[in-house]
Amino acid sequence: MFDYNFHWRPVLKSLPDLLEAGLLTLQVATLSMVVGIVIGLVLALVRMHMRGPLYWLATSWVELARNTPALFQLFFFGFGLGAFGLHLSPFAIVLCGLSFNCAGYLAENFRGGFQAVPDTQLRAARSLGMSSWQAYTRIIIPQVFRIVYHPLTNQLVWAVLMSSLGMLVGFRELSGETQFFASRTFRIFEYFAVTAVIYYVIVKFILAASRLLAMRLFRY
Amino acid sequence: MIEIRGLEKYFGALQVLKGIDLDVEKGEVLSVIGASGSGKSTLLYCINGLEPIQKGAVIVDGTDVHAKGTDINKLRQKLGMVFQQWNSFPHLTALENVALAPKIVKGKSRAEAQAIAESQLKHVGLGDKLNVYPGALSGGQQQRLAIARALAMEPTYMLFDEATSALDPELVGEVLDTMRLLAEEGMTMICVTHEMGFARDVSDRVAYFHQGVMEEIGPPEQIFGDAKSENTRKFLANVR
Repeated sequence: MFDYNFHWRPVLKSLPDLLEAGLLTLQVATLSMVVGIVIGLVLALVRMHMRGPLYWLATSWVELARNTPALFQLFFFGFGLGAFGLHLSPFAIVLCGLSFNCAGYLAENFRGGFQAVPDTQLRAARSLGMSSWQAYTRIIIPQVFRIVYHPLTNQLVWAVLMSSLGMLVGFRELSGETQFFASRTFRIFEYFAVTAVIYYVIVKFILAASRLLAMRLFRY
Repeated sequence: MIEIRGLEKYFGALQVLKGIDLDVEKGEVLSVIGASGSGKSTLLYCINGLEPIQKGAVIVDGTDVHAKGTDINKLRQKLGMVFQQWNSFPHLTALENVALAPKIVKGKSRAEAQAIAESQLKHVGLGDKLNVYPGALSGGQQQRLAIARALAMEPTYMLFDEATSALDPELVGEVLDTMRLLAEEGMTMICVTHEMGFARDVSDRVAYFHQGVMEEIGPPEQIFGDAKSENTRKFLANVR
């Protein structure tokens, strides 16, 4: 009843390529997190402090990013923009799509973080003569980062896993690369099993690094 | 000198300050007493511009706090403020809490700012807590840290907003002692307080606020011994 013969040799032979693709996955996920953090912070602040067109723009961003499939968002930057003659490279499509998605989720995390820092911290900073910018960058945002640190780590893990959608827009990250080899050798199970392990190791690495970083950053 | 002229302040439709006129001379210690909601704390927030006002003016050393062209960040350097909830910055050590504003607001070098911070922390009796995070300090210590942080900006005036009322009773003394020390050194202070003993012993004048009006102001002997207003007498009878 079970007459499948495992063949691991082709997988082992292409392991260096898979690992390289894994690095690309980590790269695109990390980069989209960095972009997502910056934009997410801006979106959160706009939603908290502004009214009018900017508020609606930020709110629409957050709503779309959180309430539509990530795959559709990727397709928008790939085929959507392509329909208007704007052709991005597969790397750029995935970077834009993931950044768009991360920014939306992170904006909500940041908003919660800002609300968890008492108003009186801002007052105390301003009473010392700090400008609004100084008070935010030196007093408020560092505290917000501690509050959202673990959700931030989760989001990075999520970005790594979500980047596998990249293979549907022709991006040869870990999943794309796996798909490429699997379809050439028909060792589909073997390839995806090994790739699952690589994903697992990447995520574990992120979690460990994040824990170490937290110990360094948050001594209070 | 701080001059307050016809100050009116509203929160929405609610008027919390109903035309306050008050002068505070350099070197003076003024205590402001009154029931909760009488506008005492709001007065302090209006003095350093943390709350906008609707009418009147607050003038600090000739500068109108609420005028459009006023550099409020610069003016606030003259006005140290200590809050009821001490508001130490939890992510910075005691030394960093105090050194930050001299460094980034006044542009002092790192070494200078740290030297100032160290001397101010010693001043308030926290010389052995320089590298401790606020989370590891008691409420009284955190409040003294907040006082050191305000003093590090070398303010001309210190505003105390019920600096002891959020503290456990056994910690009130150490903060009051620090405030007494400042008064003896000649610091100009406006203290919103519920500590009648402090108001009586340390102040040059005591002001009684009642429902947004400064009902009475005078030397402590007069306010505590021979208050003219019926409301003042009632309030003092209740708190004693």
